[in-house]
Amino acid sequence: MPKYVQFFSTRWGIIGVGAFIGVFAQLLQKWGNPANMGICVACFERDMAGAMGLHRAAVVQYMRPEIIGFVVGSLIAAYAFKEFRSRAGSAPIVRFILGAFAMIGALVFLGCPWRAALRLAGGDWNAIFGLLGLTGGIWVGTLFLKGGYNLGRSQNTHASVGWILPLTMLGFLVIMFIFPQVQGQDKSGVLFYSLKGPGSMHAPLFVSLAIGLIIGFLAQRSRFCTMGAIRDLILFKQAHLLSGFIALVVAAFITNLILGQFHPGFAKQPVAHTMGLWNFGGMVLAGLAFCLAGGCPGRQLFLAGEGDGDSAVFVFGMIVGAGIAHNFGLASSPEGVGPYGIPAVIIGLLVCLFIGFTMRKQIA
Amino acid sequence: MSVIVDAKGLSCPQPVLLTVNEMKKVKKGEIVVLVDTDTSKENVSRAAISQGWTVKGVEPEGAGFRISIAKD
Repeated sequence: MPKYVQFFSTRWGIIGVGAFIGVFAQLLQKWGNPANMGICVACFERDMAGAMGLHRAAVVQYMRPEIIGFVVGSLIAAYAFKEFRSRAGSAPIVRFILGAFAMIGALVFLGCPWRAALRLAGGDWNAIFGLLGLTGGIWVGTLFLKGGYNLGRSQNTHASVGWILPLTMLGFLVIMFIFPQVQGQDKSGVLFYSLKGPGSMHAPLFVSLAIGLIIGFLAQRSRFCTMGAIRDLILFKQAHLLSGFIALVVAAFITNLILGQFHPGFAKQPVAHTMGLWNFGGMVLAGLAFCLAGGCPGRQLFLAGEGDGDSAVFVFGMIVGAGIAHNFGLASSPEGVGPYGIPAVIIGLLVCLFIGFTMRKQIA
Repeated sequence: MSVIVDAKGLSCPQPVLLTVNEMKKVKKGEIVVLVDTDTSKENVSRAAISQGWTVKGVEPEGAGFRISIAKD
């Protein structure tokens, strides 16, 4: 292989990583995570917001070790391969807002692109509307990219800037050890723990953490990105990242068949609603926000792990956005969209259009 | 004299987008692309090859890389 190629950046590398995520997401579900939610970056960050009491939706409160593992695993990979590079300063406030609205859109659909894929692989056909919406939102984003949209340049900076999110995640882990879940109690020290609902369902802490670390490591090496998968196909007719995303769906589907977790249909799917238009609309918003911010929620975690302070801001935007989504009644539930979910999607789209139309050219 | 595309500090997909635009503009010859992450280095190289250009060299430069691509 030429020196500018490393195995994980090859076609088979990205396919292997996608398949690994697909298999282990479904195994995490078998080991305790919620149905069709073996791994969901948006849902899990929402659960973390709940664990900290940023929202008080009692059914979605748990400090998810997978997310901590994603960031720290990526950090380890970046250091191991001398790729850690602390950088920041590319329109951080815009990234924060994009993160918040991406989360709101994802919670109207009930899942990030990873979960959309896992829901599809579990037979939840409502996910088709979500994936179509995601594609539509990214397509709009590519029009802005073609028109010169960009967030400006980042600058190299102190290593500690890149360490802030990984250290925060390690801090969350330490808090989990200090205040562990107590059987039958909804609070332990400063942390909230769901007694029922998706937040109460989780694989053992160390299993979740270990798998999160491995995925974080592999995804940093392979640059796995679900938004980039669709964007690159539309923008460059290039299917490199897409092959990883498809591998995830196929591997998750096969694993579901083996584990008896495949239940096809529209109605009564776990942590999902059947309002097709808003499954679509929520993900149009999320897809557009991800595209304007340059990465799916998973990719933002991996970038933050390798020192990207702007991606870290996006992550905090998503966590705060989850708090807002539940406090303001924007998030959906199995009964359907929240009382203010629809206006929130429309406002989010307008905000994204404002950002897309006004931040063009001028790369100096 | 080769054209220089400075994509340092730009996040995905800007480095590839700028490179592809430049390749379409000049059609052939040599382009030097400056990037500052390994991801951009891989993406720019991959995009160049897929458009029928060859990667002549990748050299570390400052905190990033200097990628030379060419097409006859």
